[in-house]
This record gives sequence, C-alpha cells and structure tokens, in this order.
Amino acid sequence: MSGFSQIRSHTAVLNRNDVDTDQIIPARFLTTTSRQGLGKSAFADWRYLDDGEEDPSFELNQPHNRGAEILVAGRNFGCGSSREHAPWSLTDFGFKAVISSEIADIFRSNSLKNGLVPVIVDKAMHERLLAQQHDVLIDLESRTIAIMENDEPIANASFEIDNFSRFCIMQGTDQLGFLLSQMPAIEAFERARGDYEQ
Amino acid sequence: MPKTLFEKVWDAHVVVEENDDTPAVLYIDLHLAHEVTSPQAFTVLAERGLPVRRIDRTLATMDHSTPTTPVSTLKDIDVVGPSAAAQIRKMIDNCKAFGIPLRDFDSDERGIVHIIGPELGATQPGKTIVCGDSHTSTHGAFGALAFGIGTTEVGHVLASQCLLQRKPKTMAVNIEGDLPNGVTPKDLILAIIGELGVDGGTGHVIEYRGKAIENMDMAGRMTICNMSIEAGARAGMIAPDDVTFDYLRGRKLAPSGDAFESAVAKWRQLKTDDGAMFDKTITIDASTLSPMVTFGTNPGMVTAIDKPLPDKPADGSWDRAFEYMQLQPNTPIAGTPVDVVFVGSCTNARLPDLKATADILKGRQVAHGVRMLVVPGSQQVKKEAESLGLDKVFMDAGAEWRESGCSMCLGMNGDTVASGSLSVSTSNRNFEGRQGIGARTVLASPATAAASAIAGCVADPRDFAGQREEQRP
Ligand code: SF4
Repeated sequence: MSGFSQIRSHTAVLNRNDVDTDQIIPARFLTTTSRQGLGKSAFADWRYLDDGEEDPSFELNQPHNRGAEILVAGRNFGCGSSREHAPWSLTDFGFKAVISSEIADIFRSNSLKNGLVPVIVDKAMHERLLAQQHDVLIDLESRTIAIMENDEPIANASFEIDNFSRFCIMQGTDQLGFLLSQMPAIEAFERARGDYEQ
Repeated sequence: MPKTLFEKVWDAHVVVEENDDTPAVLYIDLHLAHEVTSPQAFTVLAERGLPVRRIDRTLATMDHSTPTTPVSTLKDIDVVGPSAAAQIRKMIDNCKAFGIPLRDFDSDERGIVHIIGPELGATQPGKTIVCGDSHTSTHGAFGALAFGIGTTEVGHVLASQCLLQRKPKTMAVNIEGDLPNGVTPKDLILAIIGELGVDGGTGHVIEYRGKAIENMDMAGRMTICNMSIEAGARAGMIAPDDVTFDYLRGRKLAPSGDAFESAVAKWRQLKTDDGAMFDKTITIDASTLSPMVTFGTNPGMVTAIDKPLPDKPADGSWDRAFEYMQLQPNTPIAGTPVDVVFVGSCTNARLPDLKATADILKGRQVAHGVRMLVVPGSQQVKKEAESLGLDKVFMDAGAEWRESGCSMCLGMNGDTVASGSLSVSTSNRNFEGRQGIGARTVLASPATAAASAIAGCVADPRDFAGQREEQRP
C-alpha cells in the first residue's frame, strides 16, 4: 500500500441508496483466500449480463464514469456484511475514495485500513456531487474536498477522518505495527486481571 | 457517574485510552474465527512471523462455505465446488499451523459460529467478543459487547488480542407492552428495523430494554441482537438476568461450581444504572404488532403480513426494489406464490425456532412445487432436534433436513435459490442476489416460513392451528 495525501480525479457516480456489501462483491466470490484480483468481481451482478459481457446500462460501465478514482455513492453505502473483500475489490477496481452522505460503520473501518478514503459530506454537497461531473480534489492534510473547474475550486467542504487513520493512509503504513508497539500495556492489562500466561 | 451496560463493558476492557491522535486499545476476551474472513489474516501473521497470541481465547469453526450434506471424508466437501473446498482446506491447514483447535467436520460442536459460541458457554456476560462477521452482534443477548470486524482486524486480534477502536455512541430501544400471541421475536426485530431504517443505528450500540425482552428466552434475545446490524448498529445488547444465567449454567466452557456462582454475582452488576444517559432513545409498542415480513431488497422494507404493502415514495427510491421483487404497492403480500422456504441461519436456527416450525408442519404437507430446506444452526441443535423427532416431522411434511451451516442464508456452499424464485427465509438479509443470483427473498419468522410452505404462498401463521406459544418461558 503506497501512501498519498491528495486524490484528484473525475468521479464515478452510483446514485443508489443503501448499496450493501453483497452488491459490492457477491458472496460467491468470497471463497478466495487471497486479497488480490477482486476488482473484476466488484458489482458483478450489476456490471455483467448473463453472457458475461458488460451491461452498458450499469453506471460504472458508462464511458464518463470509467477510470475514476473517486466513487460518489448514494446514502448509506457499504451496509450489511463485514466482508473486507468489499474495499479490496473497490481499490483493485481503481478507487481511492468513496464519497457519500452516510457510510456504514464496518465498511468505513475496513476502508480506512486499505487506503480507500471514506468521505462523508452533508446532504447539499452530496446532492451536488451526485449531479455533476467535474474533477474532485480530496486533500487529507486539510481534510477537505473541493469540486474543481479549470483548476479552481468552485465548492468546498471539510470532512472528518481521525488522525490515526489519516496518518496511516498518508504514510501507506498499516495499523498492526502500532498495535504491536502497545504490547507492554496489553501484557500489563492481562497481568492485572490475573490472566497473563506467557 | 451512572453508566450504561455498554459503558461498563467497554470501560472494563480499555487497555489504553483513546485520545485525539490514537484510538483506544480495546482488549478482546473471545475471538470467533471461520473460514471465509480469516485466510488473509493468517497470511499476514505468517508473512510477519507472528504467532496467534492467545489460542485459548480463539474459537474456530467452519460454517459459511461448508456442505449441508454429510461429510465423512474430506473428499465429501468437494460438493461445494473447488474454490469453496480449497477455502475449507485452507482453514484446516491454518488452524493446524497456528495450533488453534478447530471445530471440524468430525466435531459434534461444529455449527454456525454465532450458534456454537453461546451453546458451548463461551459467550458470557461482560465479555468483549469479535468475529470477522457482522452478525457477531448476536452474542450481545448475553450482555456481552460483541461486534463484527473486517479481516485486517481479525489479524490484529490474532496477533495482539486487542483492537484499535473509537468509542461508539449508545441507543436505547425501549419495548413497551407484551408481544401478542402468534407474534415472535423475529417479528419484533423486523418491526424495529422498519422503524429505525437500515441506517438508523449507524455509529451506535443498541441496548434493547423492556418487559417483552425480559420475558423472552435466550433464543429470542439472540434473534433480536443478531439483527442489530440490519439497522446499521455496531452491536446490540441485553442486560443479563436469571434467564441468561440459567441458560449458561452447566455449559461446557462456562465457569462451573463456585466459580459459576461468583461469576453470576459479578454479572448481576451488568445493567444500565438508573439515570445513565443514552445518546438516542426510541420506543416501540410491542402489543400492537402482527407477524412481520420484508417486501423489498433491504431489511428495513418491512410490512405487517395482514396489511397492504405501502405506497412507493415519490422520489423513486423504492422503484427498483418493487421491480426486483415483482411486487405491487398497495396490495397485500400475503398470497404471493412461494417457490422456496428456508428455515435456518444464525438468526433463527436454534432449537426453539425448529420447534416452532415443526409445530406448524406437524401432520401437514409442504405445498406442491415448494422446496423447503430446514438447516439446523449447529450439530448440537441437529442432535437435540432429532432426539425430539423433529427431523421426522420435517421429512414427513416433505421438507429437506440437513447438516448444520449457513447454507441458503448466503448461498456460498451451493445451497442457492434460482433466479426469479421467491424464497421465504428465516435468515437476516434480503439483499438482491443474497440467496442466489436474481433470488427474491422475503424475510420472516420460522412460524411464518412454515405457514408459507404449507400454503404455497406468503401466509399468516396465525391462520394455522396448533401453534405453540413460544414466547412464554
Ligand atoms: S447464517 Fe448467514 S448471517 Fe449468519 S453467519 Fe452465516 S452467513 Fe452470516
């Protein structure tokens, strides 16, 4: 995972509410034991026709949405199953950020651990983003997003991301190292409970 | 300061407090592992040369991609297809390599992870419990703080027995009144999700309170907490009481003898103090409820079975769901022809669920053209059901009786619903394609599922005599 502090890209718009992780990646693709190569299965039941060809009516197959690194999704994106295969498939597909007015808890937590930035904006900004095709600039340092026209921001908003997750994404580092550095405290906790066995 | 049940459990497990820069380090008492969300986590441990830190706090089984036909040799798993079979073999290998005891096919303790944790007595009040599975919320029925995590976090727990967490908010769901006859815990939780919506609980841990909850058996409480995630909540909890303690007494992994009695004394403290504040509170009147079913493609699209379906909202947001489900607004859902009935899943595959199903099926026949699958939640449930002769009731009625597992709840093992077919299912998710590509799912209680199997269409269980009052403890 390589770190980044800014994403600038046109957006792909998937204006559907309550998109659950079963839609992001259906269960039959979860038999993998790897985290690689799941991009081709992203939105599989919406994306492909019965004969395996791409369905031209599906939003992400439309030319203006292709190649986007930012997904603008309807309200409550990522609800349902805890499968981390959902962010794995979206990053492999090419996304680095998901913007919505609401993002489900577990999906949000999983995304933060995989370099997929979950951006929650208010309703007005969300509606604006759903209706437009300009580039969007996401800046992790200042925790802001901007809609860009000719290199000028025409609308701004700030978003929340906790310092720790932000640091890890910007550094491209995972969170396990930090957790393991807490081992003395963890051992002390167990000892205090009379439950330290090593 | 008065505290909620959640705060008591949370506070007792904070190893390092959260601050602006870093989340809290939260200690995990019990980690449940299964074959679908663990392989990539084991890979990370292997790559870094890390051991599983607390094997004694790790309970592993296989449930999601396993066959529901008998497995006597490892060759028998091949019925689920090469990729799922490889995943099962990987779980066996990983558990061997890391020294984790696995409730394998030869174990009579195998089953759906959220069924066996309580059944073995590993699930206890006041514990923190996690699993790479969103329905970990089930265990909150015992007054545990239990929530689903992703695979990266599975790796964190395996390596450190801890998680990095921000403290969630709290929500009280107060249930007023008693459930009427013929209305079950499943109907209540569907009504709650209908009220809250599928995102109403986002960021919150729910505590379910009220007389209807206190009067409920543990199976019902687990059904309620199980579906907390369907309202978007992080977890659901119920304060432990004598019903909880009686359930746990004598279970294999619960404390025994004097240790049990002193545990009970501690567990009795686990309730929300008078005057403790919740971030949000909602109230539901149980006494006016009817049996509930879903009619759309998320679990918040819920209706009483005896009412016409609601109108489509003007913004078009339900158009796709109505079209997918091939249902019409303003018409009753009762009477809609059914192709498949599934009784199973971590929501409703415990012994009382199977008894409720059998009570309606007894002496009746599954309607011509309907396939009914009954899948016990664990091998233990299977054994108990068979000792009561329930298997015979199911098979005499024309239903299939299987080995335990997740089965048709998510269709990973080949137990799927054909495209376009309508399934009445006791599981928890009616998402598009959840039970098979193009499958149309109506979520319901075991009683409603059984009644629909006999009628051949979505049916009100109250119209079928012989129904037990499964609510009276
Ligand atoms: S029964 Fe269904 S919801 Fe429960 S753990 Fe299995 S797949 Fe998940």
